[in-house]
Amino acid sequence: MSLIDLANPTKFLALTARVLPWLAGATAILLLVGLYQSAMAPDDYQQGATVKIMFIHVPNAWLSMFVWGIMSIASLGTLVWRHPLADVAAKSAAPIGAAFTFLALVTGSLWGRPMWGTYWEWDARLTSVLILFLMYLGLIALWHAVEDPSRAARAAAVLTLVGAINIPIIKFSVDWWNTLHQPASVIRMGGPTLDNAFLIPLLVMAIAFSLLFITLHLAAMRNEILRRRVRSLQMMQANQRAA
Amino acid sequence: MTALSALMRRDIRIALRVGGGALIGVLFFLTVTVLMPFAVGPDLALLTRLGPAILWLGALLASLLTLDRLFMADHEDGSLDLIVMSRTPLELACAAKALAHWLAAGLPLIVATPVLGLLLNLDGSATLAVALTLLAGTPALTFTGMIGAALAVTLHRGGLLLAVLVLPLSIPVLIFGVAASQAAIIGPLPFGTPFSILCALSLVSFVVGPFAAAASLRHGLD
Repeated sequence: MSLIDLANPTKFLALTARVLPWLAGATAILLLVGLYQSAMAPDDYQQGATVKIMFIHVPNAWLSMFVWGIMSIASLGTLVWRHPLADVAAKSAAPIGAAFTFLALVTGSLWGRPMWGTYWEWDARLTSVLILFLMYLGLIALWHAVEDPSRAARAAAVLTLVGAINIPIIKFSVDWWNTLHQPASVIRMGGPTLDNAFLIPLLVMAIAFSLLFITLHLAAMRNEILRRRVRSLQMMQANQRAA
Repeated sequence: MTALSALMRRDIRIALRVGGGALIGVLFFLTVTVLMPFAVGPDLALLTRLGPAILWLGALLASLLTLDRLFMADHEDGSLDLIVMSRTPLELACAAKALAHWLAAGLPLIVATPVLGLLLNLDGSATLAVALTLLAGTPALTFTGMIGAALAVTLHRGGLLLAVLVLPLSIPVLIFGVAASQAAIIGPLPFGTPFSILCALSLVSFVVGPFAAAASLRHGLD
């Protein structure tokens, strides 16, 4: 079973139908283990119990960037190899990526309130994640602006790749902007480097969230394929009625 | 080469004539700048401090306003299809169109900057710094904006979408443009550092913009 075999949506549906329950089960188990370990992790000597927000916040932040990477690869698949499922993958990843980015922002903000004394700080990291969120929303808006899925796919693929070039530039420029204008007023989470007591639950949670993404992504791709089938069936029916 | 220069001459001529709309950008720039003192109050010291930021924001919005004309008018009268089908590489044609658009709509903004700087109580050297950063930075706005314009023209109703897609991409240009102007006015950083990054951003956009715009035109118009 290679990537080319998966180009056939029927084979893809059959394969994912077999794989998805196992993936969902593994995700649930790892999430439970990760949450348990996070709850059992000791309090930080500076931050107290709020350090536990990290176990949710950091995986979300990782995935927010990882999903854009997945979409960029899928966009290459659309433009270069014309893989029939590439645009399905790109389209169904966008809302999930936006959700992860939003969660990273919200949990970060909730963490910032007790630690920094403010929900929002125009810090370099926060700002660049916020811009990433805006770009996700723009991409979703682009997907919804066009009725014909294959046309929308090619426009969105160009925008995704341009974004992939631009995100590092934005990240870098925002880093620079912050150090230029604001002296280090933000209380940094420097502290000691991560102890194993924190590192292991964090890694478990990261794997669990990645599995969660894969599960949701495959399910969303199945939905998208079925939605397109329904759409083309409806159009066939409309054509027959008209004829 | 003659085809490209003919294309540029034609675009500039259309933009400057009645209905071209290139100079509306300057008028918009003026209006936005005049609105700012109403919003923040006529405090001259404050306006001096905000001046470069106000001018940069105004120029950014003004260049965004005229962007959708870049391909839309040609798409409406069918000449865009001819440009896509012609033997001239589409990437070069896109670059020529963007350059013509910048000459017709971007350059007047920079010419207008000294007058607007006067309104914001900027002194001579500060105005010169802002004009210089705009000269280096607005091509980047046009060339990255061109990608959004090419996407929007293939979608038929992309007017508002254009702003949503293009504005996040223009953040680095805004940051380094304002940073370079501020560095020239109050320091402490040397002017050269952010200014050369601004120039680098423009050069990158010269490379990326035409290719991405040509790709989306080629895939979108069928």
